[in-house]
Amino acid sequence: MMRGQAYRWGMGMAGLLAWRNLAHDRSRFVVTLVGISFAVVLIAMQIGLFLGFTDSATNVIRHTRADFWIVPKGSRNFEITMPLSERELYLARSVPGVAHAEALLVQFAIWKKPGGGDESVLLVGADLNTGLAGPWNIVAGHLEDLRRPDTVMIDRLFAETLGVSALGTTVEIRDQRARVVGFTQGIRSFTTNPWVFASYRTAQHLTQFAESETNYVIGTFEPGADPVRVQDALARILPRTDVDLSEQFAARTRDYWMFTTGAGASVLVSAVLGLLVGMVIVAQVLYATTVDHLPEFGTLRAMGAPRAFVYKVILSQAVISATLGHLPGIAASLLLAKASESGAALVLIPPSLAVGLFGVTLIMCVFASIISIRKAMDIDPAMVFQR
Amino acid sequence: MSAAALEARGLTLVYGSGETAVRALDGVDFQANAGEIQALMGPSGSGKTTLLMILGCLLHPTAGEVRVEGQLVAGLPNPALARLRLQRMGFIFQSYNLFPALTAAENVQVALELKGHDLGEAPALLELVGLGGRLHNFPRQLSGGEKQRVAIARALAGAPPILLADEPTAALDSINGRAVVKLLAQLAHEQRRAVVVVTHDPRVGDLADRIVHIEDGRIQC
Repeated sequence: MMRGQAYRWGMGMAGLLAWRNLAHDRSRFVVTLVGISFAVVLIAMQIGLFLGFTDSATNVIRHTRADFWIVPKGSRNFEITMPLSERELYLARSVPGVAHAEALLVQFAIWKKPGGGDESVLLVGADLNTGLAGPWNIVAGHLEDLRRPDTVMIDRLFAETLGVSALGTTVEIRDQRARVVGFTQGIRSFTTNPWVFASYRTAQHLTQFAESETNYVIGTFEPGADPVRVQDALARILPRTDVDLSEQFAARTRDYWMFTTGAGASVLVSAVLGLLVGMVIVAQVLYATTVDHLPEFGTLRAMGAPRAFVYKVILSQAVISATLGHLPGIAASLLLAKASESGAALVLIPPSLAVGLFGVTLIMCVFASIISIRKAMDIDPAMVFQR
Repeated sequence: MSAAALEARGLTLVYGSGETAVRALDGVDFQANAGEIQALMGPSGSGKTTLLMILGCLLHPTAGEVRVEGQLVAGLPNPALARLRLQRMGFIFQSYNLFPALTAAENVQVALELKGHDLGEAPALLELVGLGGRLHNFPRQLSGGEKQRVAIARALAGAPPILLADEPTAALDSINGRAVVKLLAQLAHEQRRAVVVVTHDPRVGDLADRIVHIEDGRIQC
């Protein structure tokens, strides 16, 4: 005998009743699913934006192969920094357990567009010989091209902003001429200032930074060295600096941009609002569905159905709504995330977020159904005789 | 000697208090036995549905006691009362109270699942009430008489020894009404169930083994 999909899915007659109650009023069911999908999109986009911002805020740090970062004392993020003396570099090299240490230059600079107009950029100068830092995802040109004097690479996302239409374009950085010899793809900046990659020497020249100074010292540990012990030794010998492991410096930068500035908090607040809006929509619709079917719940109670059966019907309605509402919501979110790859604001929706959001949607729907459960359990079963 | 299926002694139910108190039932004694159909008759507001609700463990009397198959129900907690209703009683309502989103068979299967019985018994129960060909019809596709017969099949799920029916023919035409009454009498006589029917319908009285008249909350001799 046909008992419907819900029965076959192992939900029993409670599941079948839940499914049929929902599907019985199709227009209301569609509204429910649209409401849940809307909430899922809202939450996914906000969390995706948060993850995208986090990725943008720390991508240069995470793409270096450094084990440790020596930064000016009190530095709060990667972009805004103070000079370090070159002496710190030499002292770092002398610490047992340090395999290699080199300087890294990061400076804001004014970029004059070929067609006129200025743009503030973040110039990163790295030692290209070690491969510890520098551009990645190079889609046009070669890393070797950066070895030539006064050459730079920019990201395609910012080519139009910087007035660069093709490789070979000559621009001015701090009134020094530079030539664009390569494009990267997808290297965003949290501050919206485009990254400009150059060799250390070129960056030093373009920013006219004193040769005795740098911004960061990055390096690697010797194989088998205890990172924490070497970190402590570096901190002792370099008291005017902070010594972070790479992940610590990434966390420091992420926490600054995402929480100290309030940017991340506002995104998270929006995500929570999305959750609340979704919960209110689902609660309202599930409540209306329950009220519509109160006489049936009364009949069940009069027949002697245990409370668990009534719970199961209402919770099954919530689970069905969550599942069917989540699917289009997450599909739309993934499409929007894909579309964001070509824009300046990246929305990241990793598989773990998509799966996690299903859990959130389930919890949201189940929580929203609590009011309905209370309503159904408040029914006097004797009501079925009083109609 | 075996206990009566249902037995009530000195049932009294008072709504409200003081000068506005209403005695819905006043010292009612009642007994329903297996193999017997009884009609509870009386004018509107006489207390017959109230008596049925108390017999069905859905309402607590102010005074008096009810025994279901010899078991005193006073003091039983609500979950135990619900279990008693589920396992020992079947209910038939005036407005059928079917689940509109479920087919005839599925309506019966809900009761079968609740009572822990095989869902495959549904076709036989619907066959018993003459609806073997309507298994997959939704209530909206059935006539009033057919809906009430589905409700009877649902009440029969799990073979409860007691059937309580509240105005089961009130919404039916004379042909369907008579058919339902005959079916209830048949279930009482052939399957040895205790059937109690609240009704205004004289046709029920014609087929009942006993008629109990209630007026102003009292049994009339």
